[in-house]
Amino acid sequence: MSNVMGLKAKLGLDVFKEDKEFHIRIKAGKEKDIRLKNTVLVCPAGLYSENDNGEIIIGVDGCLECGTCLLVCGPEVLEWHYPSGGAGVQFRFG
Amino acid sequence: MVEETVEIFDAIIVGAGLAGLAAAYTLAAEGLEVLVLERGDYPGAKNVTGGRIYLNPVREMFPELWKKAPLERYIAHEEVCIMDKERSINVRYDGMELGMEPYQSYSVLRGKFDKWFAKQAERKGAMIVAKSRVDDVIMENGQVVGVIAGGEELRANVVIACDGVLSFTAEKAGLRKGAQAKNFAVGFKEIIELPRQVIEDRFNLEGDEGLARLYMGDVTKGKFGGGFLYTNKESISLGIVVGIKDLMEEEPRIEAPQLLDDFKQRPEVARLLKGGETVEYSAHVIPEGGYKVMDKLYGDGILVAGDAAGFSMNIGVTVRGMEYAMASGYFAAQAVIQAKEKNDFTRAGLATYETLLKNSFVLKDFINFKESLEVLEYPPLFKHYPELAGNIMKDLYEVPAGPKARLYPTIKKYISMGEMWAMVQVGRRMMKI
Repeated sequence: MSNVMGLKAKLGLDVFKEDKEFHIRIKAGKEKDIRLKNTVLVCPAGLYSENDNGEIIIGVDGCLECGTCLLVCGPEVLEWHYPSGGAGVQFRFG
Repeated sequence: MVEETVEIFDAIIVGAGLAGLAAAYTLAAEGLEVLVLERGDYPGAKNVTGGRIYLNPVREMFPELWKKAPLERYIAHEEVCIMDKERSINVRYDGMELGMEPYQSYSVLRGKFDKWFAKQAERKGAMIVAKSRVDDVIMENGQVVGVIAGGEELRANVVIACDGVLSFTAEKAGLRKGAQAKNFAVGFKEIIELPRQVIEDRFNLEGDEGLARLYMGDVTKGKFGGGFLYTNKESISLGIVVGIKDLMEEEPRIEAPQLLDDFKQRPEVARLLKGGETVEYSAHVIPEGGYKVMDKLYGDGILVAGDAAGFSMNIGVTVRGMEYAMASGYFAAQAVIQAKEKNDFTRAGLATYETLLKNSFVLKDFINFKESLEVLEYPPLFKHYPELAGNIMKDLYEVPAGPKARLYPTIKKYISMGEMWAMVQVGRRMMKI
């Protein structure tokens, strides 16, 4: 039943093509940046989380490439580019 | 020494979305050499809409296009749902005019539509290369003369940046200031499949008729934004658009995906989706800052169109972007055609782009509605008023065991002098739209 589907399962419905490298990285020393904390709330794919040390970590698998995190954090905090050509999410319906 | 001849395109278009494809289609139809670079697996692979395109503004720009376009349903029924926590109020507008050809708007799935539109552009002679990410622009004496994609230098008289809301192409060409989160909203949606007949029965639709329903209030927990539901032929597009700043700062603090899950579980929504199967989840950032925060639209050797230029607008009952994308792509193409005639691809030679936009609905709309974001970004509209409306309805409709209170005092209980004064102020705000 679609109503109670978890986020991971929902992302599992999408078609993703593997990339050679991570297309989003948290810049060194910025793991506890206040701007970065917001990503936990705003990312529609729920890719960001806070670990026990109070650092924000990201798992880029399942990224929908919307750019919300970049707008929230800016390039000082995130090294952000699109996945390579042909990689990343491929929407069938969009 | 044998010199290699480097092909110089009339235009390189970055991104096969609606702006890019519209530009490619228009340029190729005039016989210009066009290359479209698309980072997705195919045109449409990275493109997302909430779900509805308005055709009137762009119908004449692409006269051959619409007859066979793979659109979903024509929107013959418009609804607004004001949501309080435990109740909601629906307004349905069924106008004869909405059901008459030519229909003003259609639900649409970009995966299908863009793929098809790309084929039409190719038929006109455009070259479209997918799986190709543009990494940089080539600048010579301050003028953009091409792009670098996959380590390869590709040259053109003009580059048209149609690479979406983040437009790294425009940024690398120095046309963009730093974007601020407060000028953007994020949308995320599910495509939920249901049999055609079920959709038609459930939403009271006849044949290819479709319905659009916007939700406001508790759907975003009072944050700036709303929910949407569009009926496609055999699926429903259900999603939420919410201001990024409100998502970050406003109480209650809630993770974006949870908003959509809560929305789906509202009883009045859940029953519409019953038996449906989610087949895709997508997200997209929407530029909502409008005219006041618009960056430069062109420079030496470069034009910016579509979301990349910030051409998207939320004025409450209508949320639009795709027509602006197509029209700006079309005008970008016209500007390139004129620049080619003059053989001047500098900023001065491309300035016709802005003139064409200013003389059209595109910039006229953006100038007319330049206050709309500030007016609509008013918390009581999304929290207090939906609650108030819900409470009034509850009391108006209630028949208690004992005597029923008179209607006037019932309403007056909610609408004090202070409340009335506040409503006048809201009315005055709205007059700016």
